[in-house]
This record gives sequence, structure tokens and C-alpha cells, in this order.
Amino acid sequence: MSELLPTVTVITRVIRETPGITTLVFDREMVFNPGQFVMVWVPGRDEVPMALSTGTSITVQEVGDATRELCALSEGAKIGIRGPFGNGFSPRGRTLAVAGGVGAAPLLSCALKGKVETFLLGARTASELLFCDRLEECTELATATDDGSAGHHGRVGDLMAGRDLHGYQSILVCGPERMMEAVFHTLRQEGISARGQFSLHRYMKCGVGVCGSCCMDPGGLRVCKDGPVFPGDRLNGGEFGKYARDASGRKKNV
Amino acid sequence: MVSLLPGPVRAGGVDLKNHLILAAGVLGTTGASLQRVLSLGAGGVVTKSIGPFPNEGHAGPCLVVMEGGILNAMGLPNPSSDFVDELVPLQGEPVVVSVYGGSPEEFATVAGWFAGKARGVELNLSCPHAAGYGAALGADPRLVEACTRAVADLGIPVWVKLTPNVTDITACGIAAERGGARALVAINTVKAMRISTGMRRPVLGNRFGGLSGRSIFPIAVRCVYELYEACSIPIIGCGGVSSAGDVIEMMMAGATAVQIGSAVHSDLRVFERIAGELYSPDGEPSAELVGCAHV
Repeated sequence: MSELLPTVTVITRVIRETPGITTLVFDREMVFNPGQFVMVWVPGRDEVPMALSTGTSITVQEVGDATRELCALSEGAKIGIRGPFGNGFSPRGRTLAVAGGVGAAPLLSCALKGKVETFLLGARTASELLFCDRLEECTELATATDDGSAGHHGRVGDLMAGRDLHGYQSILVCGPERMMEAVFHTLRQEGISARGQFSLHRYMKCGVGVCGSCCMDPGGLRVCKDGPVFPGDRLNGGEFGKYARDASGRKKNV
Repeated sequence: MVSLLPGPVRAGGVDLKNHLILAAGVLGTTGASLQRVLSLGAGGVVTKSIGPFPNEGHAGPCLVVMEGGILNAMGLPNPSSDFVDELVPLQGEPVVVSVYGGSPEEFATVAGWFAGKARGVELNLSCPHAAGYGAALGADPRLVEACTRAVADLGIPVWVKLTPNVTDITACGIAAERGGARALVAINTVKAMRISTGMRRPVLGNRFGGLSGRSIFPIAVRCVYELYEACSIPIIGCGGVSSAGDVIEMMMAGATAVQIGSAVHSDLRVFERIAGELYSPDGEPSAELVGCAHV
């Protein structure tokens, strides 16, 4: 075992990406695989898992008390960081990325490294589309919004229609589980679910594969340690797209 | 190295596949994760502690990994009675349900949900970081006896997991035995804390937590040894076990079987690995090893 106490980290820059999403830039650079996450300690509040958007940043969506507090921090504020943890994405050959909302955060680094040929990005509305400018510079970007205010009027998964999905060796997916389920369904219909790499979210407490709070049915895979990225063929017949567990371990619909 | 003859194992009224049991609170939140640990070679599994009401546990950080150990204050998160459904696919498997409550009546209520659905129950009278539960009761021998008796009356094998955070662990062991326990589990985590010097505050959300892992192994061996001298029911050793040598040492101190928890952090296949080294066709019968160090 090595010492994994939280490392005190100073926020050097706060970037308001969209009305509900903020990037916090740190004073140190982490070595990581895109898709890996860190446990972020908001002192006096809680500790939450967050994907790294780059080696020096997390990109946070306000969804609860801890993330709201994180997004309200100013330059010079201190947070604690454990990690990086988990496996991350493994893009191979021609790669397609499909992201919904803040799900673009863990995929940004893959794109910046030139690993993503085509990037499909969705959000509820135009102002919530994340990282558009940066992604346009390094990939072929197509967007979709639920309200039609930018790009395709509809779901990001719709953008897969008409594309030669078999031409992609890796299909990296991150976003709300319903959105990922739709992509999974499309890949399965095409018989290429194993090429999909899905970044899962589950309630986590320890982040290091001990407590069991993020275990998934049916195989008992730990999202924090065995994931968070799973190939599509490991998600068949389980809880994916159906339910997850809350902090107490009770099942809730996704 | 000393090795064990493979064969049937029975500890505290529960038949096990081998001497190695998954400790409570580790990967025990869902039926599927328990099944996974069994398929990876555990001889039995103990679930997450289940209580009378659903509980979200403490605010984080809840766990930090250190050199030689793990410090945690999870705060007993559990889905309460919803957990009964998790056990449906585990029927017939060596599953012991860890149970907690704030009174003998609550222990009996929760244990009652699992009568006929698990091989036994393990009473958590030892968690060091949950106000009103665990060690808050388990440090008082009268309450240990009362809680044990309330559950033993249900007719299910009862294991009582003891806290090392007392002056005399044997007083609690004797009380559990008097209450009708079929086995003692020693030990739960050792009350501990760390401070983030950069933040100038305790690391854990709950400030205090429980230390497990390699660094508490000598404490656990001492507790098992003391309990073996003072009590006559089987003892299940727990605390920092991570090798076959540790298992043998714990058994020589007086353990009939051992539980393994923190070691899954670095090696999920720890049960297979230890079993592979522990058993040999020319090994000794376990009865000759258990307690042999009492000289």
C-alpha cells in the first residue's frame, strides 16, 4: 500500500464553461489516462468522484451540495485530491466519441491528444454544449441539442444514424445513463457492442475498490476499480440503463 | 511453512468452504459483489452491516489508504430491510449477515429479517465511529450480553464481533458467550485518526475512524490469544490478515477461522492466493493448530 491521503491542491483558475458547468484548474499536473477520476475533498462538506478533464483540471456540473460548493470556489481556494483512480479509456484505431452534457469532460483529453476522429456532442440547449471551441480544433465535431437551439434538434445518439459505425474501432461514450443506454442499443443492433467503451457513474465512497458501494449487477464489478470505463459486452443483462444504488445502497431508477 | 490439511470447516455453527471469510463492510453491499468474492475463493462471506433504518453514512472523505493500513469512517451505510432481496441469488451459500442496532430489540428485529435466509448473523458491537451503535454498546459487557441473548433467542447461529477499543476484551467475550453467542469475531477496527497538515483539519469527514490492515495484525493476534484463554466458544480472527502465514499465526493464537478485509484493496484474489499456499495434502489437521501457541 502507498500513502493515499488527500493531496492539498490550490485552485489557480476558475472557468465558467456553461451556466451549470465550471472548470477548476489546479496548481499541479497529474499523470493520468483520460477517463480516470479523482476523489475531490471539499473540506467540511464531502468528498466526490470527478473525472479529470485535463491533467490540471476537473470540470464540475452542479448537481448537489458538494458540487455547488466546488463551483462557487475562487482562485486560491484549497481542495484535497486523492487519485487518479480507475482504468480510463483505451482508444484504438479510428475512434468515435459520443458525449452528453458534462460527459464531454473525460473525453476532452482523448480529443486533445488527437485520438478522436469524430466527436458527437449533445446537451439540452446551445449554452450547455461543453468545450465546443476546443473540440472543433482537434476533431470533426457534430452537435445535437434537445431544444434545437444548436446543431441537430434531438438526441446526440441520433447523430450516429447514417454513419459507418463499423469503420470505427473504438467508440468512447460518456454522459447520462439513458443516453449511454441508447448508444449501447445502437451498437448492439450493429453487432459491435464490444467496441463501445462506456464510462459509468455510480455512488462511490472509497474510490479504491474496498467499500463496495459502487458495485454493479450482475457481476459485482466495482465501478471505481474495475471501471469506470467498461466495454459494452460487459454491460449486457445487468443494471446498466435500469437502476443504480443511492448512498444507503437502495436501488433507484436511472 | 506450516500448512493445513484441506477438509470441511465448521465455525460457530456455520459450514464454510475453507477457513477464509470475507470480513464485514468490505464489498458486502450487494448480493452480486458477495457472489463475486465467493467465486474468487472465499470460504464464506459476511455482508455489510445492516441496521434498522436505511442509512447514508458519514460525509466524506470516508476512507484513506495509508502505508500499512486503511483508515475508514463509512458510518454504516446500508439499505436496511431492502437488503433481504440482495440475498435471494445467494441461497445455500455460506453467507453471514452483519447486523447492527441501537438496542437489543433493534438487533433482534434486524436479525429476524434474515432468519432462514442466511447461515448466521454477526452482531456489530464494535464499529468505532457510529454514535449510538457498534462500540457504543459493545464496550459495555451487560449490553453485549443483552444484545446477544435477544438474537440468540431467534435460533440463528450468532457471531459477536468485538471491539479492541476496551481495557479488557475478554469481559466482552465472556458476556457474549453468556448471552448465547456461537462464536466471537476479534477484532473490529482500532479507533484512530489522521490530520491533513495542509488543510489543518482531520482528513475523515467524521474526524475519527477505524484503522484496519497490516498495522493492526499484532493487536488482533493478542486479542484472539486473550479470548482463547478466557472463553470456550470458537474465535474467528480478524484484523490485518494478508498472507497464509498470518492465517497460521492467528490459528495458533486460537482462531478457528479467519476473516480478511483490507487485503482485498491490493489484491481481490487474496482468498485464492492464500488458499493456494495454506492447504496441502500433507498439511496438519486444523484441530492440532488452533490454540497450539498457548504455552
